[in-house]
Amino acid sequence: MQELKQSYGKTFAKDDLELSTKDLSVLYGGKVQKLFDASLQFKKNTITALIGASGSGKSTFLRSLNRMNDRVATVNGEIWFHGLDVNKPNINVYELRKHIGMVFQRPNPFPKSIRENIVYALKADGQTNKAELDKIVEESLRAAALWDEVKDKLDKSALALSGGQQQRLCIARALAVKPEVLLLDEPASALDPVSTSKLEDTLKQLRSKYTMIMVTHNMQQASRISDYTAFFHLGHVIEYNATADIFTNPKGKITEEYIQGSFG
Amino acid sequence: MDAKKKDKLATAIIYILVGIVVLILAGILGNILITGVPHLSWHFLSSEASSYQAGGGVRDQLFNSIYLLILTTIISLPIALGAAIYLAEYAKDNWGTNLIRTTIQILSSLPSIVVGLFGYLLFVVQFGLGFSIISGALALTFFNLPILTSNIEEAIKGVPQDQREAGLALGLSNWKTIRGIVLPAALPGILTGIILSAGRIFGEAAALIYTAGQSGSTINYADWNPFSPTSPLNVMRPAETLAVHIWKVNTEGIIPDATIVSAATSALLVIVVIVFNLGARYLGNKLYRKLTAAK
Amino acid sequence: MNDKDKLKEVVDQAIADQQVPHVKLKKMGPNNVDIEKLTKPSKETRQEYWGKGLTYMAIGLIIVLVVSIIGFIGYHGLETFIDNHVNVFHFLTSTDWDPGEEKNHVGAAVMIVTSFAVTLLAALVATPFAVAIALYMTEYSSKKGASFLQSVTELLVGIPSVVYGFLGLTIIIPVIRTLFGGTGFGILAATLVLFVMVLPTITSLTVDSLKAVPSHFRKASMALGATHWQTIYRVVLRVATPRILTAVIFGMARAFGEALAVQMVIGNAVLMPYNLVSPSATLTSQLTSQMGNTVMGTLPNNALWSLALLLLIMSLVFNFLVKLIGKRGQK
Repeated sequence: MQELKQSYGKTFAKDDLELSTKDLSVLYGGKVQKLFDASLQFKKNTITALIGASGSGKSTFLRSLNRMNDRVATVNGEIWFHGLDVNKPNINVYELRKHIGMVFQRPNPFPKSIRENIVYALKADGQTNKAELDKIVEESLRAAALWDEVKDKLDKSALALSGGQQQRLCIARALAVKPEVLLLDEPASALDPVSTSKLEDTLKQLRSKYTMIMVTHNMQQASRISDYTAFFHLGHVIEYNATADIFTNPKGKITEEYIQGSFG
Repeated sequence: MDAKKKDKLATAIIYILVGIVVLILAGILGNILITGVPHLSWHFLSSEASSYQAGGGVRDQLFNSIYLLILTTIISLPIALGAAIYLAEYAKDNWGTNLIRTTIQILSSLPSIVVGLFGYLLFVVQFGLGFSIISGALALTFFNLPILTSNIEEAIKGVPQDQREAGLALGLSNWKTIRGIVLPAALPGILTGIILSAGRIFGEAAALIYTAGQSGSTINYADWNPFSPTSPLNVMRPAETLAVHIWKVNTEGIIPDATIVSAATSALLVIVVIVFNLGARYLGNKLYRKLTAAK
Repeated sequence: MNDKDKLKEVVDQAIADQQVPHVKLKKMGPNNVDIEKLTKPSKETRQEYWGKGLTYMAIGLIIVLVVSIIGFIGYHGLETFIDNHVNVFHFLTSTDWDPGEEKNHVGAAVMIVTSFAVTLLAALVATPFAVAIALYMTEYSSKKGASFLQSVTELLVGIPSVVYGFLGLTIIIPVIRTLFGGTGFGILAATLVLFVMVLPTITSLTVDSLKAVPSHFRKASMALGATHWQTIYRVVLRVATPRILTAVIFGMARAFGEALAVQMVIGNAVLMPYNLVSPSATLTSQLTSQMGNTVMGTLPNNALWSLALLLLIMSLVFNFLVKLIGKRGQK
C-alpha cells in the first residue's frame, strides 16, 4: 500500500488564484473522517475536474467549498476566497453562496415555471424590476445554451423539460445570481450521452467568465473539458496537475492504476 | 394433524375473522345510514333543537360544529406548522429532540376527556371564559396539535432533499428555502393532514362537554356582529356541537325521539367524516399531480 | 470491442453531429465580490433568525402545554390527598365511593377495576381479529383486497366515538338484555364497543409491524419447505412480536382513555361488577357524568380530579411501556 499523501500539487501565481484550500478536513458525526488535509488551488477561468472512486471524498470536498456541509459535518481548515478565509464562523454563508454557485448530480429544478426558477433567488434578494429580471432570464438561459429551446415556453413548468434541459436550467439558475465560481457535482451523471455533450459544450463556453470545479466519475469527460485535474483517493488528494499531464504522465502509482482502470 | 392441514385451517380462520370484521363494519355503516339518512331532511338541518318535544333539528349544533372546526384549525395550524418545521428542518438528532418528540407523543396519547378537563380548569375556571366556543376551540386545539404536527412533519419530510439544497446553494436562507420551496412542495400532504384532522375535530365530543358546554344559547342568524351576545359568531357563547348533542340526548335528554335524532345526527357526522376522508385523498392526489406533472 | 469503447464512440459521434450554438457571454458575468458583505449579517441572516425563532416558539408552546396539563391535573388531583387527607391506599383499594360524605368514602377501586377490565377484555378480543386482518392484508390478499381493508380500517377510525356509543346503546344493549336479562349495561357492552374502536388502531400498527419483516425471511423459510402458515407462525409473527405488542398497548391506551362511548353503555353505577352484565363505572365514565355536578374546591370535586390524575398517570405508563418494548425490540 502506498502512502496516502499528496505527492504532486499544482500551484499558481497569486494573481491567477480564484479559490484555494489549506488542510481541509471533514468529519461526519465527530467520528468518521471523510477528507484529510486537502490543499488545492484553483485558477481563475478554468475548469478543474475532481476525479476518484466513490467514497474518495471528492464530493465532500466540493460541498465544503460553499459551506453546504455545515449542517451535516465538521469542516476544519482554511478556504481562501478574495483574501478571506471563508471557512470561518463569522462568514455570511448566504452571501458566500451567491458568489460560489452550485449545480447538483440530479437536475433539481423547483416545481415552478422556467422563468420563476431563474428569478426566484433574485426576487428573494429584493430585485423587483420586471424588465431587469426578464433581461437576466434571457441572459442566463443564453449563457446556459438553453434560450433557443425554451424561449417560447418560459412560463411552462420546468418539470416538463428533458433531463438535459433541466440540468442546463439549473446552471442558468445558478448563473442568474452572478457567481464567480460554479461548483458542479457530477452534473452529467444522470444524463444521456447527447445531453451530456451539450452540457459539456455549455461548460466550455462558460469558461471565459467563470471558474468551475467539477466532480466527475467519467474520465473521458474530465479529459475532454477540464484544464486541471485532482485525483482523490480514500479522502486524500493524491495528485493535482494539468489534465493532459495527469492523464498521460501520472506521477503516483495509484493515480496511474485508477486512470488506466477507468479508461479500460 | 400434519402441516398441510394446519396451514389450511389457519388460512380458513384468518378468512373467517376478516369476514366477521367486514360484516361488522357493513353492519355499522348500514345501520347508521339506513336508520339515519331517512330523517336527514332539510327541516332537520334547518330547525332548532327541541328540549322536550319530538321533531327538533340540529341547525345550531351544525353551525357550532363547523364554526368550532374553523376556529380550531385557524388556531392550531400556525402552531403545528411551526412545530413541524422545527422537527423536520431544524431539530438535531439528539436527546433534546427525543425529549420533545416524547412530549408530543404524550400529548397525542392523552385521553381527550383529560384534555377537555384541563381546558375546563384553565379557560373555563381560571381565565373565567366560562363554557364558550373559545374555550372549546382551545381545548380542541390541544387535542388536534400533536396529530396535525406529525401529519405536517411527514409531508415536509417527503419533499426531496435536493430541493432544499437547490435553494440553499442559491444563497437563500434556510427559512426562505423552507417557506418558498419546501412548503409549497409539501402543500398536498399538508392539506391532506389538515382535512384528516378536521374529521377528528368534527366528531370529538369528550374534550368539549366541559369546555364549549352542553347547551346552546339563543342565536340570531341575522346578527353577524361577533361582539353581540346573540350573534352566531360570538366566541363567548356556550355551544353544543353535533357530537355532544348525540351524547346529550342519549344520556340526559328527555326528548321522545332521541333515537331518531341521534341516528340522523350520527349519519350526518359519519357522512361528513367520509367526505373529509375522500376529499383529503382526492385533493392530495390532484394537487400532487398539478405540482409535479408537466403542464 | 467492449462496452466502454462503444460508449466512447457514441459520445464522440454525438459531439461530431452536434452544432454548438455560438453564444457570446458579453453581458453575463459574475458580480464583484464585496468583502464587507461576506462578513456582515444580511437580510438572510435576519430571515433565518426570525424564522427559526418562530418555530422554536411553536415547539416551546407545545412543551409548555404538556407540562401545564400534567401540572394542573397533578395539582388538583393531589388535593384530595393533601388538603382532604384521604389515604392514598384507601383511595386505590376501597370500593366505597361517596365523596359527598367525608374522606372515608373516597374509594376508587370500582372505577379502577372496571377500567382495567374493559380495557383488557377489549384488547383480548380485538387482538386476534387485528392480527388476522393484518396477516390477510400483508401475507394473503391481493393489492386490491389489502387496499379495501385499509379503507375499512380508516373508516372505522374516522367514526366519532359518540356514534359508537349510540350504536352500543341501540344495538348491543338490547341484545344483551334479551340474552342475559338485567339492564344490558355493563362490562360486556363496553367491551364490545371498545373492541370495534380499538380494532383499527391495533390493526394498522400490526400491518406496519408485519410489513417491516424483511421478505427474505419469508423466502428462506419457504425454501426450507415450510408451509405458508408455518412461515407466518414461526418466522413472521415471531419477528414482529415486539411491535405487535406495541400495537396492542396503543389500543389499550385508547380503550382506557375512551370516555363517552363507554359512559353511554357501562351503566354508571359505582358498584363492583360481579359479572359482565352488571352496571358499573369506569374512571372516564365517572368523570364525564359527575364533573358537572360538583363544586370546584370541594372534596367530591377533588376526588374526581384524582380520578383524572389516575387516567393521566396510566396514559404515561402506556407511553412508557411502548418505549420500553421499542428499546427491547431494538436489541
